[in-house]
Amino acid sequence: MKFIKFLLVGIFFGIVLVKSEAVSWYRIYEMFRFQSFQMYGIIGTAIGTGILFLQISKKGFIKSIKGADIYVPKKDKGFTRYIIGGTIFGLGWALIGACPGPMYILLGTGVSSMLIVIAAALIGTFLYGLLKSKLPH
Amino acid sequence: METLLNPWPWYISGPLIALVMALLLYFGKNFGMSSNLSTLCAIGGAGKFSDFFKFKWKDQLWNLTVVLGAIIGGFIATHYLSNDSLMDLNPKTITELNNMGFQNAGASLLPNELFSLEALKSPKTLIILIIGGLLVGFGTRYAGGCTSGHAITGLSSLQKPSLIAVIGFFIGGLIMTNLILPLIF
Repeated sequence: MKFIKFLLVGIFFGIVLVKSEAVSWYRIYEMFRFQSFQMYGIIGTAIGTGILFLQISKKGFIKSIKGADIYVPKKDKGFTRYIIGGTIFGLGWALIGACPGPMYILLGTGVSSMLIVIAAALIGTFLYGLLKSKLPH
Repeated sequence: METLLNPWPWYISGPLIALVMALLLYFGKNFGMSSNLSTLCAIGGAGKFSDFFKFKWKDQLWNLTVVLGAIIGGFIATHYLSNDSLMDLNPKTITELNNMGFQNAGASLLPNELFSLEALKSPKTLIILIIGGLLVGFGTRYAGGCTSGHAITGLSSLQKPSLIAVIGFFIGGLIMTNLILPLIF
């Protein structure tokens, strides 16, 4: 039963991403061609609202369900892994127009070829795990 | 009701995505979709090949539940919360895509030329989907996050590593869309 809330958040997330068209290959194409404001607007207002939420919670006005402080895990310091990994991710994102959330959501909208994308993404993740120690971070 | 069925404007959608992050933080978790790929690898036994996948995947079941919800959400949005309105794409985009061989751009969320079952018969399409998936899966783990973990959560919490990663997302995206896609299509 404690998982119900996560299921509901997921459902909400899926609906928002479809209705905002952020799952659309076309919107990603437009974004990287600077031909539409849609994606910039979505990401920009999401970050703006997110900053607001985290600043308010930092002041102690918002606590977690268990009464603890709202905590965002800190990313490790570094440069190489973020710029190279990010670029590789971006190449894939623009090619298939789907990142790791939308690939599942699109499957739900009935695009069964997303199963191929998800399988390939799993293999990509697995390859990273194998090569991790040999890659510059 | 019509407003709900039409595409939602960015100034509504963006804050709602932040709400997803806020809810997960409120529940004591964090918003990061790409971790699920690692979790699925771990469940599949990838820990036998790399220590990277040796973690208690049972602690991540909540996130897989979010994934399950996202799939259901996608289904609900297309079947019950949509009308047959076309996407409001830039006419320039439509012309460009037309010249690249994409017909009816914006008639549905994705181009049939890449994602329909019919298109899968072409080895070229299959290779594109596989390479795209590989790049996303490899890149997201190398960078330690994706659009949700870095662009939304990381930037909202003003973390420099996430800014570097998002700059990377854009370098890769700009190269693909502007330099490589025209060569492929």
